Amino acid sequence: MTHLDTDILIVGAGGAGMYAALAAVRNGAERVLLVDKSLVGRGGATVMAQMTVAAALAAESPDDPELHLADTLAAGRGLCDETLAAALCEDAPARIREMAEWRVGWACRDDGRIAQVIAPGHSRPRCCYVDFLNTGPAVAATLRRQVGRIATIRRVSNLAVTDLVTADGEAAGAVALDLAAGEPVTIAAKATVIAAGGLTRIYRRSSASANMGGDGYALALAAGAELVDMEFVQFFPIGHLAPRLVGMDPIMWDPFRYKLGGRLLNGAGNEFLAAYGSDEAGAYTTPRDLATYAITKEVEAGRGSPHGGVYLSFEHVPRAALDAAFGPVILRLARHGIDLARAPVEVSPIAHYHMGGVRIDERMASRVPGLFAAGEAAGGANGANRLSGNAIPEALVFGERAGRFAAIHAGRRSAAAWPQGAGAEAVAQIRRLADGRDGVASPAARLDELRGLMQAEVGPFRHAAGLERALTRLRAMRAELPDLAIVAGRACNPSLADWFELRAGLIAAEAVTAAALARRESRGAHQREDFPETDRAWGRGRVVRMARDGTISAGLER
Amino acid sequence: MRTARLRVRRGSAGDPAVHYDEFAVPFDDGATVLDGLIWLRTHRDPSLTIRYSCINANVCKECTIAIDGSVAYACMTPLSAERVMTLDPLPGKPHLRDLVSETRPPREKLE
Repeated sequence: MTHLDTDILIVGAGGAGMYAALAAVRNGAERVLLVDKSLVGRGGATVMAQMTVAAALAAESPDDPELHLADTLAAGRGLCDETLAAALCEDAPARIREMAEWRVGWACRDDGRIAQVIAPGHSRPRCCYVDFLNTGPAVAATLRRQVGRIATIRRVSNLAVTDLVTADGEAAGAVALDLAAGEPVTIAAKATVIAAGGLTRIYRRSSASANMGGDGYALALAAGAELVDMEFVQFFPIGHLAPRLVGMDPIMWDPFRYKLGGRLLNGAGNEFLAAYGSDEAGAYTTPRDLATYAITKEVEAGRGSPHGGVYLSFEHVPRAALDAAFGPVILRLARHGIDLARAPVEVSPIAHYHMGGVRIDERMASRVPGLFAAGEAAGGANGANRLSGNAIPEALVFGERAGRFAAIHAGRRSAAAWPQGAGAEAVAQIRRLADGRDGVASPAARLDELRGLMQAEVGPFRHAAGLERALTRLRAMRAELPDLAIVAGRACNPSLADWFELRAGLIAAEAVTAAALARRESRGAHQREDFPETDRAWGRGRVVRMARDGTISAGLER
Repeated sequence: MRTARLRVRRGSAGDPAVHYDEFAVPFDDGATVLDGLIWLRTHRDPSLTIRYSCINANVCKECTIAIDGSVAYACMTPLSAERVMTLDPLPGKPHLRDLVSETRPPREKLE
């Protein structure tokens, strides 16, 4: 069996993981192992970002990290961990400038200053970007290039970490599944960074890539770390639903509504926002939470569009105006058979980002010594609702910090402590699964059920009865994991990867659902129909823990 | 809902003979070959092996395969009810299993 030994193990190679690798080397780590279950720098969420990156560069107008922080805290509805939010805002300009030195290609004004635009929730122009809608791919490619230049960063693609290993309560490394060979791999590490992204893939309707399945949360929880703010899943109200459209971000209709207004219509072709207290009169003024509520209620009342959303129509907008605003995009839509001047599209709320995550301090350290988290996997900085443009700086800033503090931690340890027989049960688990077995259902089918269940019962609007139904089913599905059918075989066996994805997804889903049931108020992205008001008494984070027997519970922050 | 027919290369590099399975896939207008393959994995054959990551955005480029002999992105190719589509792994790369070939950069492998 392959055994690897490293100073720093980084799980996940998106923006946060790659920055962590660079920072670890810069701070003295001699050996870094950067692994991804997809391909290094190509999977994850970073590469999906189209537009804005918030940082108080003051390139366009006077600005200060304190002002960025004030906007971040206001968006977070009183629930941000202020220390983490401050770290994000204070470090963001340095990270953005470092990316500029690495030639990411931020859009610039004629005089060479980085261009900054205003985005919702920001008090001034603060968001930089790479043209055209290319921010994420450019950030990922730049970091990939930097990482590739450093020989002491070992990169491994298609390696899925299945279990973290602790020794005497400290992080000691991991057990992973080599997806190509179907064989277990053990990894001894002096420090471990979880940078495995969020959990939006456990929802039927999402903007997520394949590896946003909640792995990082499940790994941390099982290793003894705590999660925070897990009930806060950010839904984007008018995500693209139909006709099928690929090659574009599902949240693409936002800029269309900013520029052209557009009309939201129910399945009968009638405007409905006014009935919920919003009169748009041609302008895009309805807040996201109200739009999400109105769309959800129309669909529940049987007035949805054929695919279970509502219509977004630009049919009243002259063709010339459409072309002037979005010419090249209009042409791409035409290639998909979509003519906005002649027919509406269908839209629906989709899971877009997860505010919660591993509970960490300003060093990105969890309560398990040697275990760090960064990026979307980390919780707390964004509270109950993330300010637009804060996801990429979160990845870069927290990645840099996690790599730096992990290197400092590793520097204090003489050798990785890999006890005799460490991870043996996790290794045996992989081998047992690879032998194959008959069962009640395939993990792939159960993953599909999980997505439907989370969408139906733990979506943007929740109530106790639905959350309890979800919790009961999630626990039953978790208990049933040993009885699922696995196709025999090792090399490139997707059945093995599915089983581990399902195990992680069920744990993450249970964490979200338990926290949502515990929070008996409405705040930001968490809306309870049975507790519609925000209650000051709930102005602190819920902490999710896993007991030794695997029981997941949500309690008060200590 | 219409029905597409996909003829999919199965098996591993070392197999004695090249082998295809043919599947029927229900689909809506605009659905892609990748949508069809994910549907098959969920509802028909969980052992079907494909490589993809971003699903929607055509940024990861991981789902590159050969469709009717031409290299294409599974996520960008619409399904068709008109003809059987034949799917093969990317030519010119070592074949691993079903539609997956070795596309990892050499330095990102475990060996």
